[in-house]
Amino acid sequence: MNFIVGAFKPACHISVTFSDGKNRKQIPIKKDNGQATTVPLFHSQDNITGTITVEPVSGKKVEHNGIKVELLGQIEMYFDKGNFYDFTSLVRELDVPGEIYERKTFQFEFSTVEMPYETYNGVNVRLSYVENVLGYRYVLKVTISRGYGGSITHFQDFVVWNYTPPPSINNSIKMEVGIEDCLHIEFEYNKSKYAILTQLYFTSPFETKLNCTSCCLLGQRLIAMLILNWNADLSRYHLKDVIIGKIYFLLVRIKIKNMDLEIRRRESTGSGSNTHVETETLAKFELMDGAPVRGESIPIRLFLSPYELTPTCRNINNKFSVKYYLNLVLVDEEDRRYFKQQEITIYRIGETQ
Amino acid sequence: MISDGVVEDEEKWLSAGIAGLQQNAFHMHRALDSNNLKDALKYSAQMLSELRTSRLSPHKYYELYMRAFDELRKLEIFFKEETSRGCSIVELYELVQHAGNILPRLYLLCTVGSVYIKSKEAPAKDVLKDLVEMCRGIQHPLRGLFLRSYLSQVSRDKLPDIGSEYEGDADTVMDAVEFVLQNFTEMNKLWVRMQHQGPAREKDKRGKERGELRDLVGKNLHVLSQIEGVDLEMYKETVLPRVLEQVVNCKDELAQYYLMDCIIQVFPDEYHLQTLETLLSACPQLQSSVDVETVLSRLMERLSNYAASGSEVLPEFFQVEAFAKLNNSIGKVIEAQENMPIAGVVTLYASLLTFTLQVHPDRLDYIDQILGACVKKLSGREKLNDSKATKQIVALLSAPLEKYKDIDTALNLSNYPRIMECLNDGTHKEMANVIVQNILKNKTCISTAEKVDALFELIKGLIRDLDGDTHDELDADFIEEQNSVARLIQILHSDDPEEMLKVIETVRKHILTGGRKRLPYTVPPLIFSSLKLVRRLEKQEESVSGDEASTTPKKIFQLVTQTIEALTSIPVPELALGLYLQCAEAANDCDLEPVAYEFFTQAYILYEEEITDSKTQVTSIHLIIGTLQRMHVFGVENRDALTHKATGYSAKLLKKPDQCRAVYACSHLFWLDDHDSIRDEERVLLCLKRALRIANAVQQMANATRGSSGSALLFIEILNKYLYFYEKGVSQITVESIQDLIKLIRNEMQGDASPSDPAADAFLASTLRYIQFQKDKGGAVGDKYMLITD
Repeated sequence: MNFIVGAFKPACHISVTFSDGKNRKQIPIKKDNGQATTVPLFHSQDNITGTITVEPVSGKKVEHNGIKVELLGQIEMYFDKGNFYDFTSLVRELDVPGEIYERKTFQFEFSTVEMPYETYNGVNVRLSYVENVLGYRYVLKVTISRGYGGSITHFQDFVVWNYTPPPSINNSIKMEVGIEDCLHIEFEYNKSKYAILTQLYFTSPFETKLNCTSCCLLGQRLIAMLILNWNADLSRYHLKDVIIGKIYFLLVRIKIKNMDLEIRRRESTGSGSNTHVETETLAKFELMDGAPVRGESIPIRLFLSPYELTPTCRNINNKFSVKYYLNLVLVDEEDRRYFKQQEITIYRIGETQ
Repeated sequence: MISDGVVEDEEKWLSAGIAGLQQNAFHMHRALDSNNLKDALKYSAQMLSELRTSRLSPHKYYELYMRAFDELRKLEIFFKEETSRGCSIVELYELVQHAGNILPRLYLLCTVGSVYIKSKEAPAKDVLKDLVEMCRGIQHPLRGLFLRSYLSQVSRDKLPDIGSEYEGDADTVMDAVEFVLQNFTEMNKLWVRMQHQGPAREKDKRGKERGELRDLVGKNLHVLSQIEGVDLEMYKETVLPRVLEQVVNCKDELAQYYLMDCIIQVFPDEYHLQTLETLLSACPQLQSSVDVETVLSRLMERLSNYAASGSEVLPEFFQVEAFAKLNNSIGKVIEAQENMPIAGVVTLYASLLTFTLQVHPDRLDYIDQILGACVKKLSGREKLNDSKATKQIVALLSAPLEKYKDIDTALNLSNYPRIMECLNDGTHKEMANVIVQNILKNKTCISTAEKVDALFELIKGLIRDLDGDTHDELDADFIEEQNSVARLIQILHSDDPEEMLKVIETVRKHILTGGRKRLPYTVPPLIFSSLKLVRRLEKQEESVSGDEASTTPKKIFQLVTQTIEALTSIPVPELALGLYLQCAEAANDCDLEPVAYEFFTQAYILYEEEITDSKTQVTSIHLIIGTLQRMHVFGVENRDALTHKATGYSAKLLKKPDQCRAVYACSHLFWLDDHDSIRDEERVLLCLKRALRIANAVQQMANATRGSSGSALLFIEILNKYLYFYEKGVSQITVESIQDLIKLIRNEMQGDASPSDPAADAFLASTLRYIQFQKDKGGAVGDKYMLITD
């Protein structure tokens, strides 16, 4: 949206001040032009109040057809850059049509605003995958409508975070089977509620993808069998959580060089045949160095805090999803990679929790 | 060539690693100086990444590790300061775990963990447990070993031991022990695994490399032994069983051998004694290729030394029945390891024997039992040829000798000779030598024929040729050995003459089997030993005459004669002759004329028939003359016959000077100072005159052949004889004849043709000085000499 029109200098200066701005937490973001700045943090159901100051450039008057402030929740699809899809839009009229000669302030208030989605910035924004990345923001838009010369607008960004209770666990956890996986068996382990052991059959990445039954019939090579014993509920972690677990090697038939745990983020946009998926690896954490033998158990302890994670988003307004996966990768001495992927849900908890 | 290349490459990699390490260490130091925690962590992690290399051999890797280790010390100090500046240690503990690579992460974690324990913000046991658990992430043997060694290093002064400042609750020692044990177990697993990874062709190399790393593993046992709280009870209940379990289960030859040895060396003796059963029960379970005999030997050696440390510890041994347990266990080990080399078996028994001698010196039955078990193992096999085994056997058999310093004891051990039977000839001989030396050293007195018989049976390797031992040359060793046997024969002694005779008979029986090589060495001592007995009998008879002893000199002489006859088969006539003469002299002392005569006859026969070498003849004839001169037992006839023969032999010697000297020596045969019956002046003079004639003949021959007269030495010698007899009062020797002789000598020596002979000059001078001296002395002799003028 071009709010600076042509060669015209803006006739006035607009600024927004949140009334509790000093107490708000400031969150660093990157603006479109790459500059870092900090913006205040809000939560859903917050009252958003403050003052807006319009200050004409000295000696000039601003003639207008009315001044309004909008609170917009926008999704920006990067393959469609510049077009915003507004999923939330609230408007407050600030002034009736007239003229402004000198600095003038307006109070505004949006009370208990429903902001269900968190601010999200696709990390690839600054890269060139333009058609496939997305952004997703909340913004205050101040518009001074004018009859000529176009309207004067001012955008004030802010960030929304939502603390949520841990999502409920779906007991029949679907393991996200990596494309090379051919078989997995799930069962509950002992009486422990959360410990779930999974036998994994890795296959060579070079072999054709087959469905499980045929794999077994074709005598697919069983190269390793291990038990993953994650902490807690296997599928959900908050942003500052620690992944704790153990891997038991029941069978090893390849010469493993090392084992990594990766955190991958998958952004998918669009729907149907227009779906675009972008996956990036946010963390690569070495779990094991060297080749284990049968019976070894390797501890897992991965702190999530150093990584720039966001809560999982599922199907926001049918526009996009952000999902996270843990990817366990075994690398053998010939640098072949065998992996096992599993989705995790990431959520945000309050600071005090 | 190839290995050279590898070594070179390794050097290159090592220096690259060191360079990388130093560079990052430099940045780390700057971060430390500016208290920049974030950068410090970043660069230290990068620095430690150099340790991720797989290219270095353990030796080189160690070099790299040590450099990193030094840097980590600095980092640890920084962490400590950081916490005192208000940075939470818990946060720090989390922060280092953000590192993406596991090896740097764990090194940092251990470093912070060390600070964490020191801060006492969490119980030491919890931190240690976490660290040792997290280290499982390194499954690469070399890197894992070094990481865990680092953990062990930083934690060893922070164990929650009793009395330590990190002491925890009631089970605190258990926690410490648990930690060390776990680290030990994991390290051992990694160490063992090393053997099985990588190409088969480098197996030996890996074995060698593992050898270099073994101390990293063994160190844990050392740490365990240093924990104050590990008392006997805990050692017995927890430490030992757990360690042994690991040792047995790892099924690795190198590890089992090394760790068993480690256990034996690092823990105190009394612990071993009290847990003997447990420790021993592990031995049969080890891999069959493990050198378990050395392990057990070391254990027994330690226990032996412990037993030797003081008699107050001995009851402990009795109480735990150490001997029975060891014996039993050795049996089991030998049974379990079918292909244990015989050397190993013997080593085991030798060690057990040493142990028994130390702990139960009074239990000969134990010792015999051990020997018996050994015999059982050895019999039915070929004779031992394995040098290691024979060495051990010698040690085994020598041990009782050294302990008891008395062959008697060994002779009482029924199994002792049986083991000797199993030895090959060389070893048998060696062992026999040891026995003999032992006897000689300790001057053991063996006084019964029975024992002597047993002893000689035992050392038969020295007494006679064994099968296949037929080399003829007499080397120095052989001579040495036979001399030892000779000395042995000399020290056999019994106070009872009858028994002594039996001893002699027994020895004789044995040595006569010795063959021509040995007899010249063994017969003489036996003869002298016999003659000694004869002389003893003679003395006894004087004191207790009339005693009808069965042992008579006559009987002994018969025996002796037969013994010397054995020598005749060997061409050592001069030796036999000497012995005959010795016997004759002994017979002379016993007043046994016929016997003495017989001996002389034998000697003469030998002289006539066997001694052909002219030099030997000379020495022999002098021997004969000397002996005969002292004989007083002969009647006139016998004596005449013998002296006649002797003078005859003298005159027939080959060389004239020899003849001359023998002849003038014969003069003594006719003049004995203390025997009035033997004073035949005429024949004395005859001999001397004959000697003079021969001396003249010598001079003439010299003139004829060389154109110059020979030395006057013979004349001077004869002059001395003249003087001797003159002094003794032989009236046939006149002053004139002496003066003539002196004149003659002067003429000879001043003659133009005579060569100057300093020896002769000196001899003459001293002879004349003697005359002068006698003159000056005065008295009857002086008066006689005064008559001699020149």
